[in-house]
Amino acid sequence: MKRHLLSTADLSADDATLILDTAAELARIADRPIKKLPTLRGRTVVNLFYEDSTRTRISFETAAKRLSADVINFSAKGSSVSKGESLKDTALTLEAMGADAVVVRHWASGGAYRLAHAGWIRSAVVNAGDGTHEHPTQALLDAYTLRSRLGSLEGRRIGIVGDVLHSRVARSNVRLLSTLGAEVTLVAPPTLMPFAVEGWPCSYSYDLDPVLPKLDAVMMLRVQRERMDQAYFPTEREYSRRYGLHAQRMAALPQHAVVMHPGPMNRGLEISAEVADSARSTITEQVANGVSVRMAVLYLLLGGSEPAIGTENEGGAT
Amino acid sequence: MTDGTETTVSPAAPASAAQAAMRAVLDASAVSRALTRIAHEILERTQGADDAVLLGIPTRGAHLATRLGGQIAAVEGLELPIGTLDVTMYRDDLRLRPARAIKRTEIPSGGVDGKLVVLVDDVLFSGRTIRAALDALGDIGRPRAVQLAVLVDRGHRELPIRADYVGKNLPTAQRETVQVRLAETDGQDAVLLGVKGAGAR
Amino acid sequence: MSALASERLSTAADAFTERRRGGGGGDTWTIRGARILGGEVRDLFIRDGVFVDEEVGGAQVVDADGLIALPGLVDLHTHLREPGREDAETVATGSRAAAAGGFTAVHAMANTDPVADTAGVVEQVWRLGREAGYCDVQPVGAVTVGIAGERLAELGAMADSAARVRVFSDDGHCVSDAALMRRALEYVKAFGGVVAQHAQEPRLTEGAQMNEGEVSSALGLRGWPAVAEEAIIARDVLLAAHTGSRLHICHLSTAGSVELVRWAKSKGYPVTAEVTPHHLLLTDDLVRGYDPVYKVNPPLRTQADVEAVRAGLADGTIDVVATDHAPHPVEAKDCEWAVAAMGMLGLETALSVVQHTMVETGLLDWAGVADRMSVRAAAIGSLDGHGRPLEPGEPANLVLLDPSASRTIEPAEMHSRSRNTPFAGLKLPGAVRATFLRGTATVLEGKVIDR
Repeated sequence: MKRHLLSTADLSADDATLILDTAAELARIADRPIKKLPTLRGRTVVNLFYEDSTRTRISFETAAKRLSADVINFSAKGSSVSKGESLKDTALTLEAMGADAVVVRHWASGGAYRLAHAGWIRSAVVNAGDGTHEHPTQALLDAYTLRSRLGSLEGRRIGIVGDVLHSRVARSNVRLLSTLGAEVTLVAPPTLMPFAVEGWPCSYSYDLDPVLPKLDAVMMLRVQRERMDQAYFPTEREYSRRYGLHAQRMAALPQHAVVMHPGPMNRGLEISAEVADSARSTITEQVANGVSVRMAVLYLLLGGSEPAIGTENEGGAT
Repeated sequence: MTDGTETTVSPAAPASAAQAAMRAVLDASAVSRALTRIAHEILERTQGADDAVLLGIPTRGAHLATRLGGQIAAVEGLELPIGTLDVTMYRDDLRLRPARAIKRTEIPSGGVDGKLVVLVDDVLFSGRTIRAALDALGDIGRPRAVQLAVLVDRGHRELPIRADYVGKNLPTAQRETVQVRLAETDGQDAVLLGVKGAGAR
Repeated sequence: MSALASERLSTAADAFTERRRGGGGGDTWTIRGARILGGEVRDLFIRDGVFVDEEVGGAQVVDADGLIALPGLVDLHTHLREPGREDAETVATGSRAAAAGGFTAVHAMANTDPVADTAGVVEQVWRLGREAGYCDVQPVGAVTVGIAGERLAELGAMADSAARVRVFSDDGHCVSDAALMRRALEYVKAFGGVVAQHAQEPRLTEGAQMNEGEVSSALGLRGWPAVAEEAIIARDVLLAAHTGSRLHICHLSTAGSVELVRWAKSKGYPVTAEVTPHHLLLTDDLVRGYDPVYKVNPPLRTQADVEAVRAGLADGTIDVVATDHAPHPVEAKDCEWAVAAMGMLGLETALSVVQHTMVETGLLDWAGVADRMSVRAAAIGSLDGHGRPLEPGEPANLVLLDPSASRTIEPAEMHSRSRNTPFAGLKLPGAVRATFLRGTATVLEGKVIDR
């Protein structure tokens, strides 16, 4: 019976810690001449990407290959998908090809969930980002990065700033960080704050400056320029002035605090170039850590007779 | 060939009544003597061990490697590089059990290329763990030679693997289980023998 | 009964009796021992399509011991999909499903392909209904051409056609232009029409997938806020008052909407409203599994909204239960949430859901069910001959149901061509045992009678 990683809500503190500890061990093979482990030899991992994302796809591909798994990349452009093939038919094809795991990025919230539970496939499903819902491996690599820079996350204060409403990274991070004992504060203009955010396991503010001096880490989210046309904020200049992290604001952070960004960045909009390139920024580490974390996830889901983490596959064909 | 009288040693942290059915075939002093002898043997057979590296297989093998390193330092004044080598990812039985946590692999800064690597583990049984260790080692570098030191060799090899240094040869039946207790992890040193099912690892 | 209506009645009756003579045992019936509207136990006698006061010799007997007799149900809001989407449903399969559900009349919404915005299309739907013969199919005319919300359709022509349209609706879309809505309300006064509004402010619901609330926030699905429904209702009840014309609110779903209608009625404004069976029972929590069978417009709301609409139906603020039966082919639901079609089946489960949510909770008695599922709907639709008392001289439109039965809803057993019922696997009370359309049995012993 296979299980899935669809949402950080599926991870207990123990599950998350196991993933992070495993990733820490796996990170060491990056220093070896032979960056490969035989663990998933003979397994097939399919990258099913309905949204363009070179960075995440390569990260998963590297992770799978370092575990000696075979990787098949299936991207939406120019494939049967762009000719109108349904998710269901694509899934049935992958099942017929014998995929052990499907890493799926989908533009529809719930896309990964449907793939895992509709009864079309038996493989393990890893959610690489579904619409505006969740991006669990991103949250895991963010937590890993924070842990490696700050030590234990218990009681740490993390700020997440930007277009929270449309951000799957924010949703996953809020859940995971609070599971690991951190205190999260969301900062955004009211138009970009989710409805019913009062019920989320975090606090929130519409004003960035008072929040900064208390943080151990601040995570800047990408803001799409198109949101301006939909009246979420009036101009880029106003957004940047009120919510952008420039050098002056970075100076307001405590000495030890770090700056994170899931990428890709809009330099000059939510984050200034100076901040992005500063020593406090963990942006490039986040990318490297992504491979180790994704290796850990693939190993823990596929490496044994049963996974060590994840949710049940109730809808799976047996 | 049992060593000394059979004493019933109550294990430091008995998990169940069944564990009391285990009997000690080596007590703390016997373990200590065995390790001292192995240290001397290593020094002798490697003519001074000047290019040796000790790699213990976690968890208990790693502690044993540290102790051996300490013994060698005490006897010869030689500080050997000591590290750990976790073999989880190279096991051939991964798919038979749920995915397990990986333990620490720490290769000393001088690496293993051209060195004499002495693998250290607590119990040698089927030999598969050591086979996995050899594969893991191969992906890390190319030692000039690899030797194996174990506290207990209980027989029943399934692969052509043998130990160079043995603390105790312990003939056992397949259905028996051998458990090593160390002060670092279990509060006291002992080697216990019992029937499988009685607190098997 | 008006001259117009009785003329319609006899033409339709002729067509039906012509088809049915020889099948089902003729036109005389004795219904033995039914509980009339859940009240007194009485026999009913049917001859030549009407109730009579004496038993007719040689009549077929139906043992109605323990069964409740209600006037044949009238649905003010059904999608029969024909013309254009016959893969999902046709007038024949849909009206058959209606009969199975105890309906003797359904109003077929106009969002077909081509849209029912001309006399030609509404007459086609009307004729298909007559030919199928399972229930009266009363076409609804679109308010605007192509349901595009720009120009009024030929409402008068549709009213004068053989289909005699009285209910006009752009359902599926909102008549959001205030000026156009005013004109529509004014115009239909000439022929006693009513405008049925699908209340959804388009600018507040662009790309909306489900109710805006805690659940949508957690699931990352764009929300459909209650205010988008309430803002339109608020505007339209005032327009109804201003123009003195009848307004009907389709599928009302929120607590705020109930309050607005209650207020409007307290002021004497000519407003009526409907609620769907699914909004009486289901909440947005069901969306957590991302199963598109729960995707519908307006979306499933919160428990507080469910309780408010139940209370509104109980006190008469909401006048009718209307199914908004919306069949969809399998592939439109077996996919990701975002690409799935909106809509749920309803004809075959409506009565059971109302029994479960309103009768068993003590909010409504069977007389109330008759009122909300037949009498008022017929009045709003100006549908003579339906929703009448079960008295001698009245047309014999009747449903007999067994309230003590219970069934597990099984999609594969539905009479509809489609399978998208949100009640799959639920155990619901009540079962229709017989349906009579002007004295002809369309359902007998729980089974549809086909010609």
